[in-house]
Parts: sequence; C-alpha cells; structure tokens
Amino acid sequence: MKNEWKSQNSDGSYTVRTCGWSPPGEHPVGCGMRLTVKDGRLVDVEGDEEHPITNGRLCVRCLSLPEYVHHPKRITTPMKRDPKDRGKDTWTPISWDEAWDIIIPKINQLKADHGAESIIVFGGTGREACLYYYPLAFASIGTPNVSQPISGWSCYGPRCAITDFILGAGYPEIDFAGNYPDRYDNPAFTLPKYVVTWGKNPLFSNPDGFFGHSIIDMMKRGTKIICIDPRVTWLGAHAEHVCQLRPGTDAALALGFLNVIINEELYDKEFVEKWCYGFEELKERVQQYPPKKVAEITWVSEETIVTVARIMAQEKPTSIQWGLAVDMNPNGVQLGHSILALTAITGNLDVPGGLTLGPPSSLLGKWRMETRRNLSEELWDKRLGAKTWPAVGAAMATTHPDETLDTLESGKPYKLRMAWINSTNVLAPSSAVQPQRWYNALKKMELIVAQDLFHNPTTMALADIFLPLPTFAEHNGVVITNYGRNAITLGAMNEALRVGDTKSDLEVCMELGKRLHPDMWPFETVQDFFTNQLQPELGIDFEGLSELGVYQPEYTYKKYEKGLLRVDGEPGFNTVTGLVELKSTLFENWGDDALPYYQEPPYGPLSSPELFSEYPLILTSGARKPTSFHSEHRQIATLREIDPYPVVEFHPETAAKLGIGEGDWVELENMLGRCRMVAHLTATIHPKVCHAVHGWWYPEQDGEAPNLFGVWDANLNTMIPHKTIGKLGFGAPYKQMICKAKRVESSSIKD
Amino acid sequence: MERHGLLINYQFCSGCHSCEVACKNVLKLPRGKWGIKLLENGPWEVTPGKFEWDYVPTPTQLCDLCADRVAAGKKPSCVHHCLSQCMEYAPLDQLANRAAELGHKTAIFIP
Repeated sequence: MKNEWKSQNSDGSYTVRTCGWSPPGEHPVGCGMRLTVKDGRLVDVEGDEEHPITNGRLCVRCLSLPEYVHHPKRITTPMKRDPKDRGKDTWTPISWDEAWDIIIPKINQLKADHGAESIIVFGGTGREACLYYYPLAFASIGTPNVSQPISGWSCYGPRCAITDFILGAGYPEIDFAGNYPDRYDNPAFTLPKYVVTWGKNPLFSNPDGFFGHSIIDMMKRGTKIICIDPRVTWLGAHAEHVCQLRPGTDAALALGFLNVIINEELYDKEFVEKWCYGFEELKERVQQYPPKKVAEITWVSEETIVTVARIMAQEKPTSIQWGLAVDMNPNGVQLGHSILALTAITGNLDVPGGLTLGPPSSLLGKWRMETRRNLSEELWDKRLGAKTWPAVGAAMATTHPDETLDTLESGKPYKLRMAWINSTNVLAPSSAVQPQRWYNALKKMELIVAQDLFHNPTTMALADIFLPLPTFAEHNGVVITNYGRNAITLGAMNEALRVGDTKSDLEVCMELGKRLHPDMWPFETVQDFFTNQLQPELGIDFEGLSELGVYQPEYTYKKYEKGLLRVDGEPGFNTVTGLVELKSTLFENWGDDALPYYQEPPYGPLSSPELFSEYPLILTSGARKPTSFHSEHRQIATLREIDPYPVVEFHPETAAKLGIGEGDWVELENMLGRCRMVAHLTATIHPKVCHAVHGWWYPEQDGEAPNLFGVWDANLNTMIPHKTIGKLGFGAPYKQMICKAKRVESSSIKD
Repeated sequence: MERHGLLINYQFCSGCHSCEVACKNVLKLPRGKWGIKLLENGPWEVTPGKFEWDYVPTPTQLCDLCADRVAAGKKPSCVHHCLSQCMEYAPLDQLANRAAELGHKTAIFIP
C-alpha cells in the first residue's frame, strides 16, 4: 500500500484512507476504503483496491455510510432527560462538561454508599465498543460488573471459551491466506479442498475478522463447500453437500461424523498419538452415535453423514468454519468440543489450509483484560454469577448474563443502581431474551447512561443521559481481527471528519478515566494510547500504522511442534494435559461430562411433546442479511429499500396448510411470547421448520412509550426463555424453539 | 470508439446488492430507480434437495457504464465494489473470449 493515507483533491475535497469497524456496527474485519470529504460532508466512499483482503470490495453498509453519517435523526450532541420522563421524547441538549457533572458525582456517591459493584456496564456484540466497554467498567468507572446481556453468553464467547479449554488457544479461524500480502499465491498457503460452513453463512454473517466473500475467492480457485445448516442458503445451493439438519441437533451430527471417522480408522493416527488426550474414551463415547441413529435424530440421511465424514478425514486440507449456531445452543459446548475434535483427529489443526490458531489474547485484546488490575481481589470476587458458573467466570471477564437479570430483578446478592449501556439495544430482538423483563428491571436504576448514534427503543425507554458516538469515519482507532484472539490483520482507522460534538468509545474511557482513575490512563491523546499499544510488538507508532494501512503479522503453522503455543515454551498445547483434550479435564471439574454428548433441544417433538402439539413448528432464527448489523441500520432508506420488513420463511406446503401466502403478515406465537413478520415461502426450508429474522424495530414509528418504535411487534426474543442454558452456563436455545403461525392483517400486535 | 460491456459470471453472484448501491452513489439515484438491478432466478428444486438459485445483476437504461469513472482510469463502480468480483468491464471482443474461458453461467450485457 502507498504510504500516503491522506490526500488533497483538486476540487477542494480531501480523501482519507481507512479500515472500517464500527459504528455503524460491524465486526473487526477492517475492510479498506477511501473516504472523500468536501465542505465538512462525507461525499464519497470508495473501496480501497490496495487493501490485501478486500481489494476494493465493499458491502452495502459501507456504501451507504454517507447516509448514516449525515442522517437527520442522528444525535450529535450529549442529551439529558429527567429520569421521571423515561419513555418520553423530552430530551435536552447539554455540553460534555454538564454530562460529566451529572455522571461523576453519581458514580462517586454510589461507590461511597454502596460499593462500585452497584454500577454495571452493558455492551453488545462485535462492535468496536467491545474492546472498550470492559476497560470502561474496570479502569474508568472501577466496577467489576461488565455484562453482555445475552442469555447463556450465546455469542462468540462460548466458541472462545471452548477453544481455550480444549486447545488452550485463541480463536480458530479457517486459513484464507489472510496473513500473506500476496494471499492465495503465497507458497506457504495450501488451498483447502473443502470448507465446511457449520451453522454459519459466512457471506453475510458477522465474521469477527473473516472477510466472508473470501469463500467465493477460494471457490473460484477450486475449493468445494459443505454446508451444515437447517436452511439451504445460496451458498448451500452452490455447495457439493448440504446437511440440512433439524435445528439444535448439531452435536449429534458431529458425534456421528466422529463415529464414522474413528470406526473406519480414517483419522490421523500420528497426530492423535502425539498430540491428543482421551482418544480411547472418545472412541468409546462415539459408539453411542452410529450414523443410522444420528440420521433419525438430525434428519440428515445416513448416506450423507458417511460421505461427509469421509471427505473431512480424507480430503486434506479441509477446514471447518463454525458459527453462531455453536453458541446459541444449550448443547453448544459439546458441539464446539466435537468440532475441534473433528479438526484435530483429521490432522487439520494449525496446518496450511486448515484451521489457524491465534494466541488467547494479544495487543489491544490483552490490554483490555489487563485493565482488570485496577480492581481489588475483593471487588473482583463480587462479579455477578462468576462463582455460580465457574466455566463462564474463568473464560469471560464478565458477569453471567442470566444471573445479571436475576440480580436486577431480585436485588440479590446486592442491588444494582446504575447502568451504563454502551452500544447495545437491549430491548430490540438482538441479544437479551425476555426483553420485557429486562425493561422492567432496568427501570429501577437510579441513573442510566447510554452511548449510541441514534435513539433506539432502549435509549428512548430507559436512558437519562445520551452520549453521542462518532462513526468509524469520524475517529482514530485500530481494527484488529478477532479482537486480538487471532490477529490476521491490523488496520489503521483514520479520522476523516467529525460531525457535531461526539466522543469515541476510547475518548469517553479516557476522559472519564482521567477524572476517576487517572493512574490507569497515562496517555495524553488517543494517538498516544495506540502508539503505546503498537510500539512494543510492532515497533511502529500510530502514524506508522496509518502509513502502513494494514499490518499482516506473520503466521507460523504447527506451533504445537515448536513450543509456540504454551506459556512455558514447551511443545504441545496450552491445556492442563498439554495436549488437545478430546476428553476435557476442566469440564469434569466443573461438573459436566468430560466427553462430548448429544442433548435434545429443550423444546421440541421429543423433549416437550405436549407443548409441541400446540406449537408444532420448529422456530429457528438469526440468519444475516447484508443490509443490517443486528438492530442497526433500520433507518437507512437505501438499505430499507432492499429489506423493508422482517421476514419469516415457511415451506410452501406448510404455508398452504396454514392459509399463509407470500407477503402476508404472520403472527408467530409460543408459550412465552409472539411477534409479527412478513411471510416468504421457499422450498429451501424444511416443512416442519420456520425461520425468523432478528433485530427488527421501526425507527419511522412513534418512539415514545409504550410503542417504543414498535419494538414489541417483531420481537422474536419474547419467544425465547430466560436461563434455559447449558450445564456450564453457556448456550441458550435462540435457534431451536417451537411456535405456531397464523395469518394476520398488519404488522402491529395491538391490531 | 470500441464498444464496451459488462460481463457477469453469475455462478458466483451471491446477491449482496453492492452493485445496486454502488451504482446509486454514482448516478445519485433516489429510491425506486436503479442503474443496475439484481434479478433472482429460484430457488427451485432441480432434483430433490438440489436447487437452481442464481442472482443476475442487470444494467438498466440509466447505466452509462460509469463513463466519468472510466475516463478517470477507474472501473465502473459496480465492478469495483462487487463482493464476489464476478463482474468485468472490457471491450466486447475481449469479454466474448473471457466468457468462453469461464465457460459456465456467464452473461455479457450491453446496456
């Protein structure tokens, strides 16, 4: 890439090179682009052809960025509202100093009267904020309570935790030659013969660092695809094999694959002998899962199970890209464990074209966790739910999400009194389940601060102070794939313009931190902070990264042979046994089975036959569209033109029986809640299954309570239970519920 | 001047809509108007479990093949931003050769 990252144009405009993250929401892929600013307005976004991963390509969310940045409804100055007026649109603009003058005395009073633990910071998924909301809590405010309010921590956390427990490593990402400037042509890389996408549609899903259309790049070069998904997606229609399984039965399928590979002796014997622990026990366990039985459980044919298992073992390299379906499942720990076991025993771990492994945390990810040192042991011990759920407590630096709601409601073991909501729309159907309960519980807070860019149902319902955030076009930053858990690229985010009086996540952390815990924030500017992060490991300052554009760390394969995975520098894996734990020493300590097993979804034909006779459809959810990031982007007209309404998919035969036609409004209902969406009929879904999208609300509607931008109308999460989670505390049934469906006349539940 | 066109290797078009929005940015088109529009064929079952499902971006009468961008040495915006990189802009005879080389599910458009 060229050194020059900012250039003046002949018409008086200027162009800044940057790598995207958020806001608006996206995970840290760092797509490259050039932003042109004229007279204080972002007038053009052009993909950066020099970027080694994205090569000029951009999705519709970045292409519509100017509309987002200059949207008339965007909030660009701090606002306050009397807590008595929560739910009313009675906001008053204030200065940042005025905001601090309300927030800081309240934090100090709560710390003095009730302890810092009475304050809780909420964050959402994947946004840039998730690097900073932990330090905001630990090092700026001084509370141990950070919460991602998603039942069973069902997003990315479980996959990271499982990898940490089983492999002692950071996030396992499929090798897509991302570490090489010359990409797929680099001689160190081997093109995977097959990529298995498991519970993930990488083209449009939120990727944590993987540029989804790299899958297409590899398909063009000859990689074949196997999709494991309850729906046949477009990628599935272009795959060699599809395992269209019953939602939530993934662990049975994984154990079935292991059964075939082990019993047919197709596994990598040398790797198993040298680097795996518990193979004999796993071999014994998988005898419970012969393909015939697995076919009955999963609806995937015996023939397909055997064929796909043989491919995974015999066509090398084959990589498995696991997705959110691993997290959103009470049986997900066992599923993740099985997928890692499949990768390991087929010899596809940490080899070219297989699954790459990063360190458990590095750079900014490491700093984020190290800010915990600001908290005393005594305070850290008060972290909600960490002792009740030791696996979650050990792997995540947060509260247990479900325990957090229990505490908000009960005031036990202590009362929470102040909430700080950083970039998460708790009430919209994105993360929290039973959102009405969160709504009622959060109403009891004495003060609620929210950071966002637009009013959404959560800020309108609950916030007292609104602190406006800049978009990624408007602040300096560093975007690091997988939050540092597998750094494939590091990109410079360069501020191109600033609309209004906003402050970035890091700027807020620093300003608040300097006032409350100055020793934790010895940096003068944001640039100083990044230089401090980059200098020791990369030897460059922030300006140096801006000139570089994108830094691609070198990758070493087979690190377990070279002593590069363990803290002590010995060969092997950074686990209790030093090996890949096909049988987990930790799971047993925490009261779960040491070996993977299959467990029926909590609701369904076998586990709740009576309820299932009343609610006879299996409800899966959450497939992504390129037009939104969870509940964001609903007010962007260009994107709403593409996806105007929330959609529920039915098989045409099922729809015919229910009298539902294409484009009809439909109400889905179960024993917990209901929601309304527009029907789409497609033979790509099983007749017994329907699929509903997530993240919908209507910014065009009345924002005041009780309507709250229509947040209860398409609210799928009202239909998902609280605390119906796996034994270790991870995984909730977001993607395998039950429901019934009927045709209705409108989008509104009130009608 | 030699006539140019757009080649779409639509076996790889994932239906991401980037071409549509990239085009609207250049032509400054409001909602309801497109310089290129994504059409969808399928999904319908060819044999049980095997689906035909293609997206084909189709340039409209508003498309000028990004004359200004091309004059400035850039690619048309849809080609530049296509996530699947399944679109190409070139003189027609070159595109015909390229289509023969790709061999499968390839279309050439002259808007």
